[in-house]
Amino acid sequence: MTSTRPLTVAVPRGALLAETLDLLDRLGVNTAEVRSNDRRLLFAEVGIVTMRPSDVPTYVEAGAADLGITGKDVLTEQAERDFYELLDLGYGGCSMVLATTQGPDPSAEALRRLGVMRVATKYPKTAAGHFERTGRQAEIVEVKGSVELAPLTGLVEAIVDLTATGTTLRENNLVVREELFYSTARLIANPVAHKLRAAEVDDVVAALR
Amino acid sequence: MATIHPLPSGTRDVLPDEMRELRAITAALLDVFTREGYGEVSTPALEHQEVLQRGGGAQPAYRVMDDHGQVLALRPDMTVPIARLAATRYAGEEPPLRFCYLADVYRGVRPHRGQMREFLQAGVELVGAPSPEGTAEVLRVLCAALDASGLAGYRLGIGDAALYPTLLETFAVPPQARETLLRDLVDRDFVGLERELGLLDLPGDARETLATVPSLRGGVEVLDGRPATESLRRVHDLLEPAVARRVLFDLGLTRDLGCDPGYYTGAVFEVYDPALGEPLGGGGRYDELLGRFGRPLPAVGFALGVDKLHIALAGEERAR
Repeated sequence: MTSTRPLTVAVPRGALLAETLDLLDRLGVNTAEVRSNDRRLLFAEVGIVTMRPSDVPTYVEAGAADLGITGKDVLTEQAERDFYELLDLGYGGCSMVLATTQGPDPSAEALRRLGVMRVATKYPKTAAGHFERTGRQAEIVEVKGSVELAPLTGLVEAIVDLTATGTTLRENNLVVREELFYSTARLIANPVAHKLRAAEVDDVVAALR
Repeated sequence: MATIHPLPSGTRDVLPDEMRELRAITAALLDVFTREGYGEVSTPALEHQEVLQRGGGAQPAYRVMDDHGQVLALRPDMTVPIARLAATRYAGEEPPLRFCYLADVYRGVRPHRGQMREFLQAGVELVGAPSPEGTAEVLRVLCAALDASGLAGYRLGIGDAALYPTLLETFAVPPQARETLLRDLVDRDFVGLERELGLLDLPGDARETLATVPSLRGGVEVLDGRPATESLRRVHDLLEPAVARRVLFDLGLTRDLGCDPGYYTGAVFEVYDPALGEPLGGGGRYDELLGRFGRPLPAVGFALGVDKLHIALAGEERAR
């Protein structure tokens, strides 16, 4: 019942890629091919599949990947999915924030005078949950592209978005009003792989801890 | 162009080719159940909501009001209806009582392959047989049923729903923190669990035990020297070799039926197969559930998702 195929790891492309590959190097995985070829997606020989960070929980939950690495922001937004969150990897640090234009807080004024604030975000569940917990009525406007545009054009009074350095916010004259949580890269595991390939999974956890 | 008449979300039609395969599986399962002395029962798909809530466990997702204004709900599992049946129809009967079923149940899940909102379960309930004998019997029947279905590579994960709460009690963890820690355990959030433990004022060895126990899984040796594992060991000692070699002890296992309060009180189990990314069934001991219906008797049972078993069988066949 033991398998000779290596554990399949879902690796996020984008901001987390470089440090994730460094980490896999430390595990003795040969990442040279992944580094040199940014169009190929599946590297079955070393057990790596690359994808958008937000797709990682989908692949891991279904068992198409045994392990996965992605940001806590993605895991929070997809909390209904079933996976083990095994380890905080520490890198990829950024904050989920509520931001508005500078000056008097337009979202506070909208709440006070109109009862509802409009909030643009790529993280609708995270944002809705935050306003429910803090007892505020908010209309969540889901956008796919640059969230910073939404308050500048009058579409919304506030945004909920991820920021690492705050540069993009500053350049668009936006200021942070609240921090929802701090996000870092996490190691997740498929619930069945966590049981049937326990020793291999534990080896990875021990090596990365 | 076919006309479009949509189905309710999470439901589907089954056509003859698939139906034939499903029938072969359910016939093999029911054959084992009845041979082992479990009598097949059927209960209404609709129960009074109050009955389902009294039982606890998974909460109903579909409710209707009948012509008398009573709130009815579609059953989310068969364990609670059978507990009701055992407590009312067999009130004077000498235990143990053995029941099996093949029934559609209904849950408000996110539908995906193998898990619809209306889905077929095959299972057994053994009422009035305490641990460890009752648990060992049900595990034997579970293995016999899976073997009869033709599944080859499966393993049974076995944990104890009472284990982590007992540890929290032993280490005198404050009640609010217990709730958070159990929530993290059920959510499988080991990062959150470790962070919460770091915030608590606990002796180092208590923190160490609470942090490591959830990831202990493997052969019977994981029970060695671990507190609160005596009842699992007693179950293990009664297992036949063919069953014992399928077993994987898992001290972090909880059965999340999306609910508080659950009804599991002792051993809990899940069925895994390399061909499926999620458990294909599970069960456990519910020694207090019958008491909620007025006839306190220990009980244990399991349910298999027939669609999931079918997918796992097809996956194993492909891998061969």
